[in-house]
Amino acid sequence: MTRITIDPITRIEGHLRIDCEVDGGKVTKAWSSGTMWRGIEIILKDRDPRDAWIFTQRICGVCTTVHAITSVRAVENALNLEVPLNAQYIRNMIVAAHGVHDHIVHFYQLAALDWVDIVAALKGDPEGAAKLGATLSDYKANSVPHIRAVRDKLQTFVDSGNLGVFASGYWGHPAMKLPPDVNLLAATHYLQALEVQRSANKIVAILGAKTPHIQNLAVGGVANAINPDSQSTLTLERLYAIKALIDELGDFVHNAMMNDVAAVGALYADWTKYGAGVTNYLSVPDLPLDTKGTQFELPGGYIPGGDLAKFQAITSYQDAFFRDGVKEAVKHSWYEYAGGKSALHPFEGETSPKYDDFHDDGKYSWIKAPTFLDKRAQVGPLANVLGMYAAGHEPTKRHLTKLVDVASKVAGTQIPLSALHSTIGRIAARAVRCAVLHEALQNQWQLLVDNIAKGDIRTFNRPVFPKGEVRGFGYHEAPRGVLSHWVVIKDGKIDNYQAVVPSTWNAGPRDDHDEPGPYEASLIDNPVADANLPLEVLRTVHSFDPCIACAVHMVDAERRPIVQVKAM
Amino acid sequence: MSILVLGLGNILLSDEGVGVRVVEALAASHDLPDDVEVLDGGTSGMDLLDMVADRDCLIVADAVNADGPAGRLIRLENDDIRMLFETRFSPHQLGLSDLLANLRLIGRAPRRIVVVGVVPQELGLGLDLSPAAAVGRDAAVGMIVDELARLGAGPRPRPH
Repeated sequence: MTRITIDPITRIEGHLRIDCEVDGGKVTKAWSSGTMWRGIEIILKDRDPRDAWIFTQRICGVCTTVHAITSVRAVENALNLEVPLNAQYIRNMIVAAHGVHDHIVHFYQLAALDWVDIVAALKGDPEGAAKLGATLSDYKANSVPHIRAVRDKLQTFVDSGNLGVFASGYWGHPAMKLPPDVNLLAATHYLQALEVQRSANKIVAILGAKTPHIQNLAVGGVANAINPDSQSTLTLERLYAIKALIDELGDFVHNAMMNDVAAVGALYADWTKYGAGVTNYLSVPDLPLDTKGTQFELPGGYIPGGDLAKFQAITSYQDAFFRDGVKEAVKHSWYEYAGGKSALHPFEGETSPKYDDFHDDGKYSWIKAPTFLDKRAQVGPLANVLGMYAAGHEPTKRHLTKLVDVASKVAGTQIPLSALHSTIGRIAARAVRCAVLHEALQNQWQLLVDNIAKGDIRTFNRPVFPKGEVRGFGYHEAPRGVLSHWVVIKDGKIDNYQAVVPSTWNAGPRDDHDEPGPYEASLIDNPVADANLPLEVLRTVHSFDPCIACAVHMVDAERRPIVQVKAM
Repeated sequence: MSILVLGLGNILLSDEGVGVRVVEALAASHDLPDDVEVLDGGTSGMDLLDMVADRDCLIVADAVNADGPAGRLIRLENDDIRMLFETRFSPHQLGLSDLLANLRLIGRAPRRIVVVGVVPQELGLGLDLSPAAAVGRDAAVGMIVDELARLGAGPRPRPH
C-alpha cells in the first residue's frame, strides 16, 4: 500500500491537502483537509446588517460577488423585504455573467490542463485541427490562420523556458490520451478563453461599478439609478454595450466550449466510470423573477441517491424544506461544540477552534462537514444540472442533449445520461450550466429592458429593522454550488452570522457518522498509474472546481516549493 | 504610459490586507496623474486579468513572508519576481503568478513589474493593521510615490 499526500493542490483558490491510500493501482481511502475561513461571524457581530455584504465579499478572491448577493438576500429574508423587479434583474445579470466567467476560467485555465497536453499540442497540425473544429461547429475562430498563430505563440512560450502556470503540468503522462490535433484545438481555445472571459467581467463591472468587489448592492435592492434622460445612470446605451458583450460570450460558449468539453469527455470516456462519490445532489433555484422570490428562471432542489424521479423542488426564499434541512458537523474538524453536541443548524452555529494535528481517524480539517437531512450531499453544477433536468427545465434539457449528442458522435457510441455521475460528468455539467446561464443572461437583459420600457424605474426598497430578534437565510446557486448565509439580528444589529459555502459541502471531512464527504468518496477506486505523478487524483479533485479560500497563511509560514507530492 | 498600482490582500485578516491599505492610503493622500490607476484587488487572481493586461508598468503592493522585522519593506523588480513564482512568498502569489503567466502567453503582460512588499506582524482576524504594519504602509506609500516619480508620473500630495 502507498500513501500519497498532495499538499497543496494547485490551480485552485486557497489551500487544500488531499491524502490517499493507494493499493493495486487504485485509491482505497481518501482524506480531504482544508483551511476554510470560519471567522466571518466574529468580524460581523454587532455590525449593521446593511453592511454585512461589504465584508462577506472579502471572504474569497474568486467568489466575491456571490457572497455579496447571498448576504443581502439573507438580511432581506429576515425582514420579509421585497426587492424591486429592476433590482432582481440587475442582480440576476451580475450573477449570470459572473457564473459564465467562472465556468469558462475553470474549464480552460484550471481543469483542462489535466486532460489536454499543452506541450504535445505543438505537434498538432493547424490544418488538421481546423478540419476537426469544422466537424463540431462553425465557430469562426477555428480557422487555420488562428490556430497557426496560437501554435507559434505556444512555441515561443515553451522555448522561453519560463513555463509559469504550465510548469507543474503532467506533460507526457501516460494518462494523457488526446491526439495532437485535439490538443492543439483545445490549446487554441485556451488562449481565446483568456480574451473572451474579459467580456463577462466587463458586464459585472458595468453593472456592479467595480470588479473585483461590486459596489452596487444594498439590502432592499441595488444602487443603480435608472433614468432614461440622464447620462450618469444605467442608460440604454450602456445596456446595449452589455448586449454586445453578451453576444460575444455566446459565440464562444455555445460553439467552442460546449464542443471542447464534449470531445474531451468522449475521448476520455473511461472517466465516466470514476468519481461519482456522493450521489445525493443539492441545488437551489436562482434568478428570481418576482419581488418576493417565489418564481425563478432556474429551478433547484434535492435528489437523493442519484434518483431523478425522487427530485424534491425548493420553491421559494421562505422554503422550510431547505431552511430546516441544513446542519454542520465537527467530529472530524478542528472545532468543538459546547458540551460535545452533534451537528448544529447554522442559526445555532458555533465556531470554537480546537487544533491538534492531522489524525486519520480523528480531526483532520478546518472545514466543517455539512449535511442535508442528516446525509452528505454533493453540490455544484452537476447537482444543479441534474436538478434542473429533473424539474423539466427546457433549456437545460436542450443544452444537455446537445452536449451528449456531440460526445456520442465523437465517441462513436451513444453515451447514457447516467455517465454524468462521474468525474467527467461534473466537467460536462459545468459546460451545460454555462450555456444555460448564458441564455438566462440574455433573458434577464430583455426582462430588464422591457420593464424599464413600462416606465418602472424603481431599484430600491428601504429596509426597516424591528426591535427584538429576527432570523433570515439567503441562498444562491453559485458557480461551485449551493451557498447559504444565515443571520440572526437583534435590535437591528447582527447577533450571529454563518456562511455555509459550496466547497464546505464538497470538501468537508467525514461527518458524525464517519461518512466521507464528496471529494473523499469520489476518489475511491480512482486509478493511479504512478504514485509520484498522481494526475488522476487531480482530475477528480479539480472536477469539483475547489475553492478553499483564504486563511492560507495559517499553513503557509515557511517558504517551500509550490507543490509537494509525497508518496510513501 | 499606462500604470496600475494594485493592492492585494485580505482585509479581514489584519496585516494580510496591508497591500489594500497601502493603495487606499496612496489614493487618499495624493492626486494621481491620468495615466496612473489604483485598484484594490483584494485576493483576486484571474478576475484581475482585464485590469492588468497591456500595462506599461504594474506596481503590486502586498504582504510578503520575508526575514526581518514586521513593517520592513521589500522591493522586487522583474527578474527577481520570478523567484516569487517558485516559492510561496505571499498567499496571493499563486493567483497573481497564474495571471501573469497567462498574460505572457497572450502577449499582454505588463512590460515592467515592481512588487512593494510589507512584512506583516499580525495575521489574525481583524480589520485594523498592527502598529508595525501601519508604519510599513506609510513607508510603502512613499516608495510607490518615488517609483511613480521615476516613471515620470509622480503624484502630487493632497493638502490636508
